[in-house]
Amino acid sequence: MQFWIIQSLNSLALGGVLFLLASGFSLIFGLMRLANLAHGALFMVGAYIGANLLRKYAFIDLWMAALLSGLMVAAAGGLLERLVLRRLATNPLGQVLVTLGVSFIIADACLMVWGGDPIPVPTPSYLRRPLFVVGFAFPAYRVVVVGIAIATAIGLYLLLERTRLGAMIRAGVDDMDMARAVGIPVSKLFTAVFCLGAGIAGAAGVLAGPILSAYPGLDADMLPLALIVVILGGIGSLVGAFVGSFIIGFIYTFGTALVPDLAYVILFLPMIFIIAYSPQGLFGRMAT
Amino acid sequence: MSRIAAVLALLAMATIPLVAGEFYINLATQILIAAVFALSLNLLVGYGGLTSLGHASFLGFSAYACAWFSTRMGLGPTASVPIAILATTLMAAFFGLIALRATGLGFLMITLALSQVLWGLAYRWVGVTNGDNGMSGITRPEPFGISLASAGNYFWFTLVVSTIAFAMMTMFVSSAFGSSLQGTRDQPLRMAALGHNVWLVRWLTFVYAGFWAGVAGILYIYYHKYIHPTSLSISSSAEGLLSVIAGGAGTLSGPIAGAALLVLLKNYASAYVERWNMLLGFIFVLIVLVIPEGIVPGTRRLLGRLRRGDK
Amino acid sequence: MSAPVPALEIIALQKYFGGLPATQDVSLSVMQGERRLMIGPNGAGKTTLFNQITGDFLPTSGAIKLFGRDITQLSLHQRAHLGISRTYQIITLFGKNTLEHNIVLSLLGLSPSRWNALRPLSHYGHLRAEARAMLDRVGLGGLADRRVSEIAYGEKRRVEIAMALAQKPRLLLLDEPLAGLSSEERASVKTFIAAIPRETTLVMIEHDMDTALELADTVTLLNFGKIIVDGTRDEVIRDQRTRMVYLGE
Repeated sequence: MQFWIIQSLNSLALGGVLFLLASGFSLIFGLMRLANLAHGALFMVGAYIGANLLRKYAFIDLWMAALLSGLMVAAAGGLLERLVLRRLATNPLGQVLVTLGVSFIIADACLMVWGGDPIPVPTPSYLRRPLFVVGFAFPAYRVVVVGIAIATAIGLYLLLERTRLGAMIRAGVDDMDMARAVGIPVSKLFTAVFCLGAGIAGAAGVLAGPILSAYPGLDADMLPLALIVVILGGIGSLVGAFVGSFIIGFIYTFGTALVPDLAYVILFLPMIFIIAYSPQGLFGRMAT
Repeated sequence: MSRIAAVLALLAMATIPLVAGEFYINLATQILIAAVFALSLNLLVGYGGLTSLGHASFLGFSAYACAWFSTRMGLGPTASVPIAILATTLMAAFFGLIALRATGLGFLMITLALSQVLWGLAYRWVGVTNGDNGMSGITRPEPFGISLASAGNYFWFTLVVSTIAFAMMTMFVSSAFGSSLQGTRDQPLRMAALGHNVWLVRWLTFVYAGFWAGVAGILYIYYHKYIHPTSLSISSSAEGLLSVIAGGAGTLSGPIAGAALLVLLKNYASAYVERWNMLLGFIFVLIVLVIPEGIVPGTRRLLGRLRRGDK
Repeated sequence: MSAPVPALEIIALQKYFGGLPATQDVSLSVMQGERRLMIGPNGAGKTTLFNQITGDFLPTSGAIKLFGRDITQLSLHQRAHLGISRTYQIITLFGKNTLEHNIVLSLLGLSPSRWNALRPLSHYGHLRAEARAMLDRVGLGGLADRRVSEIAYGEKRRVEIAMALAQKPRLLLLDEPLAGLSSEERASVKTFIAAIPRETTLVMIEHDMDTALELADTVTLLNFGKIIVDGTRDEVIRDQRTRMVYLGE
C-alpha cells in the first residue's frame, strides 16, 4: 500500500515536471509550427543556472533561482528566435535542424562549463519535512511541484483565454494569414511566445532540480518524454499536454519501479495505441 | 560517362589498401559504412520528403542483434547476419506503420521518439544489452575462408558490400517505383488521384531504407567489434541526417560526400578539439543557414555560374 | 430490363465542415457518355462535390456510386483504378519534371510497373511513347522535354487535362479547364474537350458559359451546396431559378 501511494505521488510530481516542459514545447509548436528540439537543452541549462545560483549566493532561494533562470533562458530563447529561426521562417525543416544543432551546442557547452558530475539542487529546508496525510508520509516538495504545475496550467489557460495577448495567440494559431491581415503583430508575437515557452522550460529545470538535479544528459532524458507527451496529448494542445504529462508520469514512474529494464518500452505502448487510433493525439489538430 | 567515372572511382578506391597505411584504410572503411547509412536515409529524406530523426535505430538495432546472436546464442555469421538484417527490416516495417500515420514534423517527432525508446532500452536492459558497458567479443567472419581480420581485407569486404548497396539504391531511385516515390514527395494528393497508393509507396520505402541501414549496421558491428547505446542515440541519427543534408538530399553522390566530410571531421577535428558534439551542432546551424541545398548541388551551381562567367 | 446504369450516381450526399454545410442533400445521376456542366456562384460547393467524388475527403453521409458500384468509402487511388480522373482548378503538376515525365507518372498510376524497383524508368519506352502521343494530342508535343516550371500558364492547363486524359478515364472530372486562358487558348482547349470520345463520361465545372454550354448536354446548378436546377441545357437556361441565382431576386 505504501509503495503504491508513494509511487503515485512520484508519478504526479514527474507529471508536473513534464507538463512544465511540454507546455512550452506545445505552445511554441501550436503558434509557430516549429518543433523546438532544443527544448530539453533549455530545460537542462535552466537547471544548471539555478543550481549554480543557489550554490554561489546564499540569499537566493529556490523560487528566486527558478525565476532568474527562467528569465535568462527566456532571453536566450528570444535571441535564438530573433537571430536564427526568424531567417528560416519559410523552411520549417531547416528550423528543426537548427534547433537540433543548437541543442548539441548547449549540451556540450554545459558539459564544458559545469563538468560531468551531477550538481544537486537542494530542497528548501521548510519543505524537507514530510507531510503526513492519513498516516502516510509524503515528501512535501513533490506535492508543491504538482501544485506549481497545476497553477501554471491555470495561468496559461487564463493567459490564452482571458488576455489580449492570448486572443492574439489564438488568432495566430487558427489562421496566421488572417491574423496578419487584421493587424496582429505576428512577428512580435512569435518572439513573445518563444520566450515564454523557453522561460517556462528554464524555470522548470530549476523546479525539477530537487527531484532530478542537474546532470549531463538531462536534456536527452527529458526531450523524448516531452515528445511522447505532446504526441500523445496532441501537438499544440495545452489540455493535451496536461493530460499527456500525467499519463506519462504514471507510466514512466510505475514502469521504472516495477520493470526497470523495460520502462522505456512500456512508455511507448500508449503512444502506439493513441497514434494508431488517432494520429492527431488525444486533443490535437493535424500535425503536418 | 558517369558510369565510367564510377568504375574508375571504384578501381581507385580498391587500391587504397595497397598504398595507404592502416589508419587511412580504416578511415576509408568508416566512410563507406557511413555512406551506406546516409544513402539509406536519403531514400526517405531526399527522395521521399520524409525527414526521419530516428534512422540510427536500424543501424544500431541490426548491430546489436548481430552481436547478440553471435555472442549470446553462439550463432555463426551465416545465421546471425541474415537474422539480424531480417529482424531489423521487420522492425522498420513496424516503426513505419506508426511513424507514417503522420508526415512532416509529426513524422520527424515520432521517428525521434521511437529511436529514443530504443536507445533507452539499450541502456536499461542490461541483461540483454550489457547496458553502458556495451557488447564486445564479436569476431569478424571469414567468407569463403578469407579472413577479414586485417584492415585491408575488411576494407575490400566493405567496398564490395557498399558498391552493391549503392547500385541497388541507385536502381531504386531511378526505377518506376522511385519515380512514384519522388512524385509523392512533390504532390502527394495528385499522386493519389493518379492511382498511386501514396501510403504504401512511403511505407515500402521506409522498410527498404531500414533494410539498408541494417546492412550498414552489420558492417559497423564487424568493423568496431563492439557496440554501445550511443550508436542508437539522437546524435547518431543526427550525424546521418547531417551527412544527407550537408552533401545534398535527393542526390546520389551528396550523401556520400556528406558522410566522408563528417567522418573526416570527426576523426581529425576531435583529435584537436574535444568538443565533437558542439562542432556537430555548429555545422548543423551553418549548413542550414548557408548552403541549405547541400554541398554537391551547391558546388554544381557555383561551377555552373563560373563556367557561364567565363564565356 | 432495368434502366441503364448511370456512370455516376450521387445519393443524398451531405458534407459538413465543422458545423458548416458544404454539400446539402445532393442527389444526381450522370448517364454514360453524358457531358454534364456544373455551374453556380463561387462558393456554391462545386469543387467540394468534386473532391467527394474523387475521394479527397469523405462525405458526412450519403453515397456515391460509379457504374452502379458503391465507392463512398474507397480511397483516392482506388477510385482512380476504377476509372475516375480529374483536373484541378489550382494547377497541380510536377514542376521540376518534364512534361513527358508528368504524363508518364499519370500512366504509371494505373500500370503494375509502378511497383517495379529493379528496372530503370528510362527502359519503359512504350510509356514514354504513349506520353508523347498524348502531348501531341493536346498540341504540346514540341514541349515534351521542357520542365513544367518553364512553360506558360495556358500550356500548364493543357498538361493538366492531358494528364487526366492519358488514363483513359471512364469518368473525367474537369475543374475549370478554361480558367485563366486567352480566347484563342480557350478555343483550342474546347476543341479537344469536344473531341474526347463518348466512352468517357464528362463532368465539368466552368464559369465561361459561352464556351462550356456548347460542350454540355446537361447542366446542374448548385448554390449554397444544394442543387437548385438540374436538367438538359436548354431547360436549365430557361428556368426562372437560374436567373434568380445569377441575377439576384
